[in-house]
Amino acid sequence: MRLGILLGQRRNGPGRPLHWTDIAAYVYLALGVMLMFGPVLWLVLSSFKTESALLEFPPSLLPFAQVEVTVPGQPQKLPLFRTTLPDGSVRELAQVRRIGLVAQMVDPADPSKQYRVAIDKREPVRRVALATENYSEPLQRFAFLRFLFNSVFVTVVATLITLLINSMAAYGLAVYQFPGKQAATLAVIGTLMIPMTIILVPVYLVVTELGLANSLWAVILPGAATPTGVFLLRQYMLTLPKDLIEAARMDKASEWQIYWRIVMPLTLPALAVLAIFSIMWRWNEFLWPLAVLTKTEVYTLQIALNAFQGELQTQWHYLLAMTVVTLIPVALVFVFLQRFIATGIGSTGMK
Amino acid sequence: MAELKLTGARKSFANIDVLHGIDLAVKDGEFVVFVGPSGCGKSTLLRVIAGLENVTSGEVLIDGERVTHLPASERGLAMVFQSYALYPHMSVAKNMAFALENMGLKPAEIQARVARAAAMLRLTDYLDRKPKALSGGQRQRVAIGRAIVRDPKIFLFDEPLSNLDAELRVATRKELAALHAKLGGTMIYVTHDQVEAMTLADRIVVLNAGRIEQVGTPLELYNRPSNAFVAGFIGSPRMNFLPAVVTSDDGTLRLTVGERELELPRTASGLVAGARVTLGIRPEHIDVASDTGMLGATVDLVEQLGGEAFIYASAPGLPQITLRQDGQSQFHRGDAIAIRFAADHLHIFDATTGAALARP
Amino acid sequence: MSDAPTAARPQPGMAAGALARVAVLPVGLALRVLDPPMRWLQRAIGVRRMAYVFLLPNFAFFGLFVFLPIGINIVFSVTGGTALFPSERPYVGAEQFAYLFDCGSYLDPSSCREDHFWRGVANTTKFVVFQVTAMVLFSLITALVLNMKIRGRGFFRAVYFFPVLLSPVVVALIWKWILQRDGLLNAAITTLGGQKILFFVDPGWAMFWAVFVSVWAHMGFYTLILLAGLQAIPADLYEAAEMDATPRWRVLTRITLPLLWPNMIVVIVLALIKGAQTFDEVFVLTGGGPGTATLMVVQYIYETGFASQVQNFGLAAAASVVLGLVLFVLTLLQFAAARRKEI
Repeated sequence: MRLGILLGQRRNGPGRPLHWTDIAAYVYLALGVMLMFGPVLWLVLSSFKTESALLEFPPSLLPFAQVEVTVPGQPQKLPLFRTTLPDGSVRELAQVRRIGLVAQMVDPADPSKQYRVAIDKREPVRRVALATENYSEPLQRFAFLRFLFNSVFVTVVATLITLLINSMAAYGLAVYQFPGKQAATLAVIGTLMIPMTIILVPVYLVVTELGLANSLWAVILPGAATPTGVFLLRQYMLTLPKDLIEAARMDKASEWQIYWRIVMPLTLPALAVLAIFSIMWRWNEFLWPLAVLTKTEVYTLQIALNAFQGELQTQWHYLLAMTVVTLIPVALVFVFLQRFIATGIGSTGMK
Repeated sequence: MAELKLTGARKSFANIDVLHGIDLAVKDGEFVVFVGPSGCGKSTLLRVIAGLENVTSGEVLIDGERVTHLPASERGLAMVFQSYALYPHMSVAKNMAFALENMGLKPAEIQARVARAAAMLRLTDYLDRKPKALSGGQRQRVAIGRAIVRDPKIFLFDEPLSNLDAELRVATRKELAALHAKLGGTMIYVTHDQVEAMTLADRIVVLNAGRIEQVGTPLELYNRPSNAFVAGFIGSPRMNFLPAVVTSDDGTLRLTVGERELELPRTASGLVAGARVTLGIRPEHIDVASDTGMLGATVDLVEQLGGEAFIYASAPGLPQITLRQDGQSQFHRGDAIAIRFAADHLHIFDATTGAALARP
Repeated sequence: MSDAPTAARPQPGMAAGALARVAVLPVGLALRVLDPPMRWLQRAIGVRRMAYVFLLPNFAFFGLFVFLPIGINIVFSVTGGTALFPSERPYVGAEQFAYLFDCGSYLDPSSCREDHFWRGVANTTKFVVFQVTAMVLFSLITALVLNMKIRGRGFFRAVYFFPVLLSPVVVALIWKWILQRDGLLNAAITTLGGQKILFFVDPGWAMFWAVFVSVWAHMGFYTLILLAGLQAIPADLYEAAEMDATPRWRVLTRITLPLLWPNMIVVIVLALIKGAQTFDEVFVLTGGGPGTATLMVVQYIYETGFASQVQNFGLAAAASVVLGLVLFVLTLLQFAAARRKEI
């Protein structure tokens, strides 16, 4: 009894002394959080900085913008500076104009007073401000909505086709005995071994011959029949009791009805896994769209983003904002389905 | 309501014969039970009737119509599965309505039929529940309800009670009997439990290794088993089988059993001196006498059940003998007893073929 | 078995269920419409042959976009010229392969006629060796730590896992932003008194960051596989070890690691297969540069077949056949490993 109490305390009790490995573990995890989350956080923070703030070095942590004030008698808003005056006093003055190394300043509280200040004697007054124009401007300046629509269209349509034809094939392989079944199963496994990367050129030929080049269907169709999906669904369907299918046959259901009224609803957990994977694959797909889409109007977000990072070398403020938009759906999927994806990957070993 | 006829139904899986040519006729409204040890082919036979398996050769006829090659969904039969096979994603009502929807009935008709079946099976309060939220007995009743609403030609039951606990099994058994009396449909029922077979069946079909051993009413099988297999399978505890050798058969049959000689006042045709036979006697047909008897034995074990007692005794040169006593037994382990067989209830089987030898 | 139809099976989160339901809804309508023709078809051809009907769409896609292309790829690799259509291409036998393999010394890419291919091979090999080593090491440590009884395990697991979901382009841009000349990292370096480093101008640094970013992005995936393996080790083994007062390091080396070995093999082989196909992250991060310092084989194939002025399909196909063979061998390794795992 006493031994049991001791053991219990050792394992769960509050009085357990921390082993050095525990401390090491927490340190490792804290570093991990910084390294894994830090960069994304930095991306999001940076995406809200103004173009000029992005050019600062060293960069500030939070997005700051210079305070601007309206001064009576001045047509435009004026930037505010913390100025050290010749007498040594420090005041917040608005800059009217700058001439060479000297700035003409005005006191917002008393617009009649004007000062001439050397520009190294003043510092901008700044406060945290979100440069939302980084997000709103690309919407007008580039066909950003078009790319967003293309990506959404490809992702949704491709996922639906994948779910349908993969589940049909999985059902055929899981439920029936027929000549050629083994060959078909082997073909699926074989396909699993052929990554898109090594048949890039001939798939391009096929797609061109089908007249699909430079259309979204060229992205959607070639990857629609995933061997991973067939395999995952088949494995799951094999765990369904055969009795259910036979009961449905006794209940006068046709094979097609058994497929979509009995087996599909019961395969929902696996279908959901496949749907999430498919959404991830399609949303993030890069190499194939890059190869097959050459016209700007059919670009998906990923391709557009890649094109921009070439074109907009100096326009990081747009690029960062668009990157954030691109990762939003994935972030949402992550927040809501994290545990579920994790178990899916953990148990199937695929992604 | 329908008749069923099987002629020469043979089924083999990958060159292994599971059914060796079954001939069977089931009358309209009859309750027939297939019984046998596991692996005897009784479930396969049921599935062949259902259309879930195709016969390798032979014919299946329902109401005189050849359905041998019709798939299950076109035969118009209903089946209650051992696992119940309720659709887990459908409510009780949906489970029962599924087949009716497939038959293309009108919604009002479907609802009426489901309501009627639910009332009959005391499921009205559970119609909106999913199977997961039901107890074992309730699931069982849903499975039966799913068959009833169909108003099928024949009801098929595949060991429907084997997943219930003992108490519920007895209760449901009685309900099934009542249901058959009420609906009067043709029912075919598979079980490995001979008590279920005895209590439910109009006729029992005893199967063994893919062959029919005997077909008959429960008491026919009990009283006049046509072979040692049926004799051993029907009745609990099992019939005692004792090896014996015929010494003479001249109006009186003399047998050597163990170290004793038995005299039976009757003949068994075709028995010659020296023939080896198996003597069959049920535990309830053996009496204990404390003084003189046919056979002396020693008590190995006594099982007191209160209302009855089972004594396991051994006699020299014989396998252990089970006997049943009414009430409570006064014997204990190690007691020497004398036992006497009720001669009217002795069965004699051929030692090699197991066939029952003709009785006078 | 008895309760199988109703037994609790792993249910997705409510959100996942709802998501799937919404996604399947329009398909559901199509499925219903197909009821009568399918029933008619079933009557016509029989129950058993319906299997082919179910297989047909998926295998049509396989045929068109996998099996046919494999054939074309092989045709491409043994034909020359610039035509895209196979029948218009003259047969050249093994010429493409000979060209690809024409090298003074295989250890020195610049001695090869197709030096970019061999730089790609060299870079990919280097990349894979470093990446797989780092990947296995860090995902093992992370999995071991995440398997400890620590507070907030779910949160930490999520932290390590989430980059897996990010697109390669996003991953590359995130790091490109940090690593640029006036980026966060150089700010940190100058704050500590160092000099700014031009990471993408130095070949060594470029390769280092290519490996680093790839490990950063995919580590969570391998961690999960190892974590699944760790959690499959029966708890009573640890309890028995605790009753025997086994020291922690001995528990690790004598119980945990040996039992985790099958999963480790899966991780190593999977990382090899994926590493050999590396393209997108590195391509966006470094563009293959500086020069050809981080040019990978797949990038070579892509550029030879698509991006260069003179598209050389034959050479790209030949290179992809070579890559395919390597991947095939690696995949066989994976199956062997998976089989060992089952035993």
